[in-house]
Amino acid sequence: MTTRPFEPKILGFLCRWCAYTGADLAGISRTKYPPNLTAIRVMCSGRVDPTFVVKAFADGADGVLIAGCHPGDCHYQNGNHKTMRRVALLTRLLAQYGIGRERLRLEWVSAAEGDRFARIVQEFTAQLRQLGPLAWQQFVAAEN
Amino acid sequence: MEPHGNGAGTAQSTKAAKTKVAFYWCASCGGCEEAVVDLAEAILPVLDKVEIVLWPVALDYKLEDVRAWRRGEVAVAFVNGSVRSSEQEMWVELLREKCGLVVAFGACAHLGGIPGLANATTRDEILANKYQRSPTVDNPRGVLPQRDTRVDGAELELPELWHSVRPLDQVIDVDYYLPGCAPPPELIGKALLAILAGQLPQKGAVLTTDKSLCETCPRNPTKPAELRVERFRRIATEAPDPTHCFLADGFVCLGPATRGGCGERCIRGNMPCRGCFGPPPGAIDQGTKFLASLGALTAGETEAEAAAVAATMADPLGTLYRFSLPASLLRARRVAKEVHR
Repeated sequence: MTTRPFEPKILGFLCRWCAYTGADLAGISRTKYPPNLTAIRVMCSGRVDPTFVVKAFADGADGVLIAGCHPGDCHYQNGNHKTMRRVALLTRLLAQYGIGRERLRLEWVSAAEGDRFARIVQEFTAQLRQLGPLAWQQFVAAEN
Repeated sequence: MEPHGNGAGTAQSTKAAKTKVAFYWCASCGGCEEAVVDLAEAILPVLDKVEIVLWPVALDYKLEDVRAWRRGEVAVAFVNGSVRSSEQEMWVELLREKCGLVVAFGACAHLGGIPGLANATTRDEILANKYQRSPTVDNPRGVLPQRDTRVDGAELELPELWHSVRPLDQVIDVDYYLPGCAPPPELIGKALLAILAGQLPQKGAVLTTDKSLCETCPRNPTKPAELRVERFRRIATEAPDPTHCFLADGFVCLGPATRGGCGERCIRGNMPCRGCFGPPPGAIDQGTKFLASLGALTAGETEAEAAAVAATMADPLGTLYRFSLPASLLRARRVAKEVHR
């Protein structure tokens, strides 16, 4: 059996107005980026409950990307600011669980930034390949 | 309603027979036992209806006695404390087999409780601290407790300490939960009477209200329409105003993410809610549910400002999961490169 290199699983929460449209633009522009990210479209990055993030890690994600509109551009005025504040606390919480800052990424991507979206996914994937699997079930849930 | 199992049902059928009740403790402090004692005269109406057949804190019963019980002979076991050793696992599995109903009694059995904070570190760290590093320990050979030991040719066996703490329902099937650290006597009394009368709620019910604590909090009227936390404050270093909503003043109060029904004992003692009743239904993770609401209400217009406010919350893990870390989605700290069996 040949051993294949580790391919991280990334869950991406993309806001419907900016980041998801940006990802769409990357797609229709045929910009290449790794297939490691599974996108979930949300109405606003402010909809992303920190519970979603810990559930993703607990259920096997190696990284989580939250992407929304640039500050000031939120379709709902300040949903992305709320996410920013939650993520600031969540990263401290995750650090205590042993999940480093480099596994949760918060990015602002406008609908016109297809290239930027592709670059973020490329960088994040490369970074997680370096870090290796999180394997939450194996390290925590399975042991007594 | 037909009670679950056959224990409660058979006990009701013959009028003279008393309902047999068992109490057991695992990793706990004894506060839950005290809560039973605190029932005081409230326990009198049920005393002629129940017979306590197991209660290690007060009565001398042996493992063999419990093994000799017929299946279903004992109507209900109230188990307090979290589970973290092979011996506790053996006991709760035995009680599950013999008793009609199992009630997780108190925050530790329900959610992991205070002993569950051990999941923020590792078994090896705990053992090293306790037996080797602590300045008051004299252990020149650095001996640690072992499961198997040979002494004078004899094999001795100690219970095995698990790597992490578990709430009761991660070890055995649990019928009901009596929340709280410790459960208030009113809730215990109500639960006992319901079980004796065979008026049982749906399996898996947490025997208190489904509403969050804020609904009944006496300070609720002082909560401003819009909360804004400029920095987090600690009761260890600052005294809260005895009438204000704690959150409005920046003190972490888990009320919004915690079930009510506790009688607001802490609030009346000028102590913010620490979350011992666990999350309300629908919230699968108490800590992140709290962050979902309060996290958005902190100050900061840039990432750097938000990070500066977040930095003022001391020990987020221990604060947001003070009683529920082993029941959280992530359950315990991950330790890289440590291989568990």
